[in-house]
Amino acid sequence: MLIDFELNGEEVQVEASGTERLLDILRERFGLTGVKEGCGEGECGACVVLMDEKLVNSCIVPLANVTGHAIITIEGLKKSGKHFESISQAFIEAGAVQCGFCTPGFVMATEALLNENPSPDREKIKEYFSGNLCRCTGYNMIIEAVERASKARLNE
Amino acid sequence: MNSKAFRPASLKAALEYLAKNECLIFSGGTDLMVQYARGTGLAPTFPRPPLFLAQIPELRQIEVSAKSIVIGAAVTLSELLSHPDIPLIFKDIISQMASLPSRNTATIGGNICNASPAGDTLPYLIANDASIRLQSLSNERVVLLSDFFTAAKETILKKDEVLTKITIPRTNFNHHYYQKIGQRKGMSLTKASMLGLALIENGKVKELRIAFGAVAPLIVRDLAIEKQYLGLRNDKLLDYEEEICRQYSPLIKPIDDARSTAAYRKAVSLRMLRDFIKQLSKAQE
Repeated sequence: MLIDFELNGEEVQVEASGTERLLDILRERFGLTGVKEGCGEGECGACVVLMDEKLVNSCIVPLANVTGHAIITIEGLKKSGKHFESISQAFIEAGAVQCGFCTPGFVMATEALLNENPSPDREKIKEYFSGNLCRCTGYNMIIEAVERASKARLNE
Repeated sequence: MNSKAFRPASLKAALEYLAKNECLIFSGGTDLMVQYARGTGLAPTFPRPPLFLAQIPELRQIEVSAKSIVIGAAVTLSELLSHPDIPLIFKDIISQMASLPSRNTATIGGNICNASPAGDTLPYLIANDASIRLQSLSNERVVLLSDFFTAAKETILKKDEVLTKITIPRTNFNHHYYQKIGQRKGMSLTKASMLGLALIENGKVKELRIAFGAVAPLIVRDLAIEKQYLGLRNDKLLDYEEEICRQYSPLIKPIDDARSTAAYRKAVSLRMLRDFIKQLSKAQE
């Protein structure tokens, strides 16, 4: 089937069976390797992207279900010039990046959370990140990064 | 495999296709994409061509009336959480399911048709006497959700039928109890769960519903046991604690698996039941 959707602000069309994982299409057909594959089972959040501004695990979204929706990956977030810099700066300042594999997922989750709730408390942040795993830093620095990103955004 | 994956625009088109083709009915995909995954770079291989239903407008509605809440099968868990008329106890249950990214695509119809005894929406729906509408091109039937399941992972859904709507009658309860036992708070599958609902009026039990999840091939609910305690003063319920536990005990028939043991599941289920009875016996209106 021909599948039309919006990818990082541009209309795209893909000829595919529809059963492909969105993750593979993003990485292999569009070269968007900021989207990472961790568990491949929708548990770790390394592959999260925004679909109509909502966080989804691209490893368990079949391409057919993307038809007509708008996808934003971390590359698209950077390109949009909106919040990427402030979130990235907050992660650097808080020391929230070690190996970095989970980071694009956490950055996308931060973007989705702050769009929904500009000043979340720690409990809200933890609850929101229940689908993102980090095996290096522990989560305290990441939570601090979100708090910093929240303050930076409120001061923008 | 002679038919292809199909993504119809309407329910009618879906039912027409299903009348002629054997399909794997596909909604959000959070279970199916994992179950049939083949790994990096490969599309999952499904036993039958998928019929994608998540986009069908007729399955995406929530209709609220004085008597009931009718939920389309392809409504996502996140949409239920943000809807003003979904009861708070149901939202509490849903908010403990999976993680936010999964809830954004997982659907209520998928949770039902996956037919796992650990499906977390099921104890609530069954305790509330929810019914479901099953539609095919030539027929449609409404069945109680409790009659839908025949064994773990098995249902009465026919090859040409689609679950289209879930109807939850609006019953007044003023006491709610829910515990989900899992390995961690987020992103965990249920080892055992218990839901208790009650209406206490003038110090008496007017409504009582008890359901257990993940501790038998089907959700455990027993109407005859519930009925015995209607009309009783709620502060007297504690006198019946042992009797109630004795009655539910043989119905709780858990298994050992990767997530827990039968012994633990049984013990914790009865402990939740005692906890609910204690809370109910102390409850003010």
